[in-house]
Amino acid sequence: MIKRQFDYEDKYQQLQDKMRELLDLSETMQLDLSSEVDILNSRMEQIREDKYLNLTPWEKVLLSRHIERPTSRDYIETLCDEWIELHGDRYFGDDPAIISGIAEFNGMAVTVIGHQKGKDTKDQLLHNFGMPNPEGYRKVQRLLLQAEKFKRPVICFIDTPGAYPGIGAEERGQAWAIAQVLMTLSALAVPIISVVIGEGGSGGALALGVADRMLMLSNAVFSVASPEACASILWKDLDRVEEMANALKITAFDLADLGIADEIIREPIGGAHLDFASTAEALRKSLQINLAFLIAQDPIALVEQRYDKLRKIARLSE
Amino acid sequence: MRGRVSLRYCQVLDTVRFADQSARKCVIMFSNNFGKKKYASIKPEEDRIKPLSQTVADKLPGQKNCPVCANFVSDLELIQNYKVCPHCGYHYTITAWDRIHLMVDENSFVPFDAGLSSCNSLNFPGYDDKLVNAKQQSGCNEAIITGYASIGGYNTVLGVMESRFMMASMGAVVGEKICRAFDRAMESGYPIIICSCSGGARMQEGMIALMQMAKTSAVISRFHQTGQLYISVLTHPTTGGVSASFATLADIIIAEPGALIGFTGPRVIQQTIGERLPENFQRSEFLLEHGMIDIVKPRSELRTTISSLLKLHQGGTK
Repeated sequence: MIKRQFDYEDKYQQLQDKMRELLDLSETMQLDLSSEVDILNSRMEQIREDKYLNLTPWEKVLLSRHIERPTSRDYIETLCDEWIELHGDRYFGDDPAIISGIAEFNGMAVTVIGHQKGKDTKDQLLHNFGMPNPEGYRKVQRLLLQAEKFKRPVICFIDTPGAYPGIGAEERGQAWAIAQVLMTLSALAVPIISVVIGEGGSGGALALGVADRMLMLSNAVFSVASPEACASILWKDLDRVEEMANALKITAFDLADLGIADEIIREPIGGAHLDFASTAEALRKSLQINLAFLIAQDPIALVEQRYDKLRKIARLSE
Repeated sequence: MRGRVSLRYCQVLDTVRFADQSARKCVIMFSNNFGKKKYASIKPEEDRIKPLSQTVADKLPGQKNCPVCANFVSDLELIQNYKVCPHCGYHYTITAWDRIHLMVDENSFVPFDAGLSSCNSLNFPGYDDKLVNAKQQSGCNEAIITGYASIGGYNTVLGVMESRFMMASMGAVVGEKICRAFDRAMESGYPIIICSCSGGARMQEGMIALMQMAKTSAVISRFHQTGQLYISVLTHPTTGGVSASFATLADIIIAEPGALIGFTGPRVIQQTIGERLPENFQRSEFLLEHGMIDIVKPRSELRTTISSLLKLHQGGTK
């Protein structure tokens, strides 16, 4: 049976509840079990820690999709002192699956852009589960050029299953919109930092992922297509999705090995949502260091380096 | 004129399939005293149907009837008619070499980077065997053939994708060959033409494959700054990571009739939204209507249309 939801915490919680019951029972029976319980507790904590340090790629996929996982808006609101959201692509509409605007980070104006998933079912529907339409990418395009005009660095947050597969999206040129953003990002003369905060799925995620620095939270994943899609297309077998998640090399550590992710931000045991404050703080530190470094560079040299970095992604034999 | 010929682009000739002395003419660039590049003017030869191979990729052995209109089509008839059904105009899938034959001036194609081949960088299960099979089936080293060619007497860089090679999916080699083709176009000052057909990014190469979208887009961004012409020819089918990167970033986009072009494949869209898709959805004519492509031209007119476009851009390039 393939797990479809990340349920480790629930199981752990149940175990702890049982323990508490046992403790209550022992009290009513006037037995002192506290030392045994302490030993058991620390043992359980140890097992839990080991578990989180050794999550399988598929478990990371599930954790990265966890409903309580912090969203782009959480990070923007926590990390930035002030933020003004801007809307619309000026052609068709405003896509709630991508939020964007101007913010103050570390005393400096920056352009922030991120995929936005929802916090609950209603919110998820509102944001289309973080799956953008072409107008979302055209909004990104507009804000990127605006950032370049005002020489503002760009911070992108990646968290999407992929671009929206819909009739309207195709009619309005999903492929065209994504391609355009990829081209713009590659030559934008301001520093760009991308942070994969959750799930990075396919070209719809990559449209926010062409950057000078790609940071990844330790439980985040970034994949050419979702492991489900790959398993059903390549192996015609959805039940082999765990195996596929292994084979695709999608975790932050895999991507650091491949030279695609530049830095990994450690999440607390249990994942970013269990201790958002510390996750955000770790990310803030990394952003500060990276941004300070990038701002000091000449913009033309920056574009040159970004280009060279992209050109080097080629594993082949001549 | 021949005496002033420089052979700097002919190092690759030993790997060339169709090269002979006359083929070298096409790769030659003439310089006048002002250091300005000029296209060699080779007289356009008469337009005539080139000999095509016996292979029709989507025709089953022994199948005599057109898969669309069910009319009888003889092999000879098919080969003489650009592998287009003479009754209903259905465009059979043709091999990359057939397309090169149809488009370029006789014996003018000089391939480059023919030796590049993929390696299994992720150790993806079964990928090595797939590559071996694909090479055998298609007779090509990878899913794209690139080279110098003259079309209607105009020197160009040409890239043609081969659908029999793993559905012409884009891995590191396809991405690299596209980038190098643009490099050579920039070096030589020639216009570039890419004929695409692809299922998207190659899943077996994971994120390396996805990053080729960014890589090719970055090169095209540079190419456009030089003021040179890029014509993209979309053939059946062009989807996913290819349509959302280099294939749609052209100055002029031409599509063959009835070609499926889009970001997400129709089956996935249907599964996601659970609605019937509109008639002609994602077909060339549909996209023309929605303003996504410039021209729909049958295969028989592609060569002349491209020659005309090349002629009209003679003054404008470099």
